[in-house]
Amino acid sequence: MANPTTTLTNSASYEAPRSGTWDGGNEPFKVSYGKLMMWFFLLSDAFTFAAFLTTYGMVRHRHLAYTGTAADFKFSTTYWPIPEKVFNAFPGLHGMDIPLAFVALMTMILIVSSVTMVLAVEAGHRMDKNDVQKWLLWTLLFGAMFLGCQAWEWTHFITGSEHGLKMADGSMVYGANLQVNEYGPVLFADLFFFITGFHGTHVFSGLCLLTYAFIATTNGTFHKRGHYEMIEKIGLYWHFVDLVWVFVFTFFYLI
Amino acid sequence: MAHHAPEHEYTADGHAVHGKANVKPILKALAWIVGITAFEFLLAFTMEASTLRNSIFIVLTIFKAFFIVAEFMHLRHETKGLIWSILVPMALLIWLLVALITEGSAVGEAIFGAAH
Repeated sequence: MANPTTTLTNSASYEAPRSGTWDGGNEPFKVSYGKLMMWFFLLSDAFTFAAFLTTYGMVRHRHLAYTGTAADFKFSTTYWPIPEKVFNAFPGLHGMDIPLAFVALMTMILIVSSVTMVLAVEAGHRMDKNDVQKWLLWTLLFGAMFLGCQAWEWTHFITGSEHGLKMADGSMVYGANLQVNEYGPVLFADLFFFITGFHGTHVFSGLCLLTYAFIATTNGTFHKRGHYEMIEKIGLYWHFVDLVWVFVFTFFYLI
Repeated sequence: MAHHAPEHEYTADGHAVHGKANVKPILKALAWIVGITAFEFLLAFTMEASTLRNSIFIVLTIFKAFFIVAEFMHLRHETKGLIWSILVPMALLIWLLVALITEGSAVGEAIFGAAH
């Protein structure tokens, strides 16, 4: 303490970069801090979605299953509905029975947006600013299209059909909310809102990140930095959103 | 294309920097995912709902997930340590799924009787 020179030497040694193997200087996974943390965040997010889908499985097994043929199916609150009877509408084709076509379209839109995102990452590796901008814009477009489709799907689900469903007390129910719905048990609509809603929120967050990435790319922020790693990190998130949809699609619409 | 890097240049994670995009593996993964989804739709309308059909759907979904994680998210090309630290925790979820679905069936049986 009495010797100012010693103090100076000590503080200087704190500022020196730690490069030893057991001193934080190693990168065993050979990825940057940011990318690694994005992977671990996505792992935790996967747990959240898995909890939602597991809840869906548990609640579904707790209810009676419909055992008759698809042709004889009638909506009832006593058993779980079959998806091709609930999700059979297509925008502009009112009253027609087109099972699962609209969700197929949504799935394709999201998968294509995932591909355009990979192409943006790939263009970033080549330091090709114009290509990054182009593919980010395509990804934004397809992402926004998916969200728009989901808005339509929700509106249709909430509004319901003209025939509705007659409840045990004789009252009529049209569409769906968190307390009652015309498709089946209360929890069917609740899980639809929570699972597709939580996924849609992720798509929306992804669109915000993509908008930021597009603006920053246009301003040359990443080019000046010398790498497009931010596009890779946002890309990881965007693919994860696509990945979750693949599972939501199977468990909610196919099974 | 405005930017043309020399052939021998490489980025930090080992990608060759070329003037032209290398999209072949990406399009191959896309073709698999679209093909599997189309097959799932075919099954949804040609096969009666059963445990077998559900199992096929789940296996096909895991295949699709493989292409997205391995190719699009690039995990296949990462170090083994990173691959395992992502995949091993996910394996625990299989236990969660089996445990809670069994629980759901047990609750259902308690309410509706053994016929459930």
